[in-house]
Amino acid sequence: MSATGDGRQRIEDLLRDNAPRVLGVLVRRYGDFDECEDAVQEALLAASTQWPAHGVPDNPRAWLVTVAARRLTDQVRSDISRRRREETVAAMTPADGLVAPAPDDEPRSVDDDDTLTLLLLCCHPVLPLSSQAALTLRAVGGLTTAEIARAYFVPEPTMAQRISRAKQRIKTSGVRFEMPAEPELSQRLRVVLEVLYLIFNEGYTATSGASLARPDLTYEAMRLVRAVRDLRPNDGEVAGLLALMMLTEARRPARTGTDGELVPLDEQDRTKWDPTAIRDGPALVAATLPSGPVGPYQVQAAIAAVHAEASRASDTDWAQILSLYDLLTVLAPNPMVALNRAVAVAMVHGPRAGLDVLTSLDDDAQIGGHHRIDAVRGHLLEMSGKPAAARLAYDRAAQKTISVPEQRYLRSRAARLGPRA
Amino acid sequence: MAVKYLLMIYMNETLFESLTDDERNAVFAGHNEFMPKIQSSGEFIGTAALVSPTQSKTVRVRDGVTSATDGPYIETKEYLAGYYAVDCESLDRAIELAAMIPDASLTAIEVRPVMVESGLEI
Repeated sequence: MSATGDGRQRIEDLLRDNAPRVLGVLVRRYGDFDECEDAVQEALLAASTQWPAHGVPDNPRAWLVTVAARRLTDQVRSDISRRRREETVAAMTPADGLVAPAPDDEPRSVDDDDTLTLLLLCCHPVLPLSSQAALTLRAVGGLTTAEIARAYFVPEPTMAQRISRAKQRIKTSGVRFEMPAEPELSQRLRVVLEVLYLIFNEGYTATSGASLARPDLTYEAMRLVRAVRDLRPNDGEVAGLLALMMLTEARRPARTGTDGELVPLDEQDRTKWDPTAIRDGPALVAATLPSGPVGPYQVQAAIAAVHAEASRASDTDWAQILSLYDLLTVLAPNPMVALNRAVAVAMVHGPRAGLDVLTSLDDDAQIGGHHRIDAVRGHLLEMSGKPAAARLAYDRAAQKTISVPEQRYLRSRAARLGPRA
Repeated sequence: MAVKYLLMIYMNETLFESLTDDERNAVFAGHNEFMPKIQSSGEFIGTAALVSPTQSKTVRVRDGVTSATDGPYIETKEYLAGYYAVDCESLDRAIELAAMIPDASLTAIEVRPVMVESGLEI
């Protein structure tokens, strides 16, 4: 029996869903996160070659646990200090831990808790951001090192090194595989959401043609946020982040033109937006709003929802968007929010008012000199009928950006305003 | 968020030839130390060393006709001799890495971000 395309996708989903649960079981049994993680990775690789050819076993998770545990034992045996470590493993292994569990032997709640514990471990603040993302994708997302390397356009040995250093860092800093208590749990969960949002944004590329073999980080990030939501159904920010991702993703088909160029929000063909996500995203936020304090992801999702509600750009309720940005400025003030707020101010009170907000950002230590200030300035100058000044602003922004599609967009914006003065 | 940078090594042949053998060997040894350092830190993407620009050809296509001429015969004393491509957490870290390249003590290293295909919605 050999798997079809659909079958392969089903196997891949099955493996990725099981990856954190299998790893959780192993770490609980044997303790060593680093070695258990390697063993699970090998078990996943074995499954991805064997299952399509020989069929999916009746209890996939038990199969993976058994194979990973065997790999782990092999590793321990081959180790120089095998004697001492075998004793440790034997002492730590409960008698029934040596046999594969029955299909419904593993209580679901324990497994689910493990997924969250793993996420918290991978996104631990002792790790730099790029390592948090890489480790999360491997240990929780079940992606291979090669896939993660392709996704981030770095050589595989580089990614392997990054992941192995991250695991070493966890080991040496004495971070433990356990669920932190409140209030630490809530704070650490914010970091997890931030990492997942970064992964999402990394995958949110403007072009698709050049990177067909690239794993879809957007999809992976959303899958992981959904997993977190299953575990924390009452957390408004988790729902908010998922809604924000859904609404952003819904616009994907409309945000690039035929040649891969960026199409700004106000020029997008809104009939191309995914109607299901446009409907479900806002509903998701609305459902959690009464249940607790409102956080920045919920507000950003609400802003995306207001955009989504307008079937034409000119129907956008900018007054509501401005009040949401005002709220966001209180909840999570940052220069990017201030910049977006400037656009809303311009749409409500006219371009002059928006330009004044921009001027106040020029001296900001974090965002002053950022190409987006000049990009927005270009738009607002264009709106106020000053094409020459607008053109200069677009040119300045184009020189500063490191994004290829953004540069193309800014150059074409500038060119539209006629030849250089 | 990790950004990729090109650390471009500039070479000054007159200066390099004025060095003693020991000093020159120290430069080579410095590169041999730098490589494994950025490989093991998970920041290494690639590297290349270029031969002298006397071996360069300059290619131009004009009206569909390709011409390849020797040169450029550069007026400046310093020219691009090679690069390291790295993927690191910040510009500060890229500058720190550039400072570890032995040529930074002789000539200069130019640090510039690499353009990426991704861009947030405007």
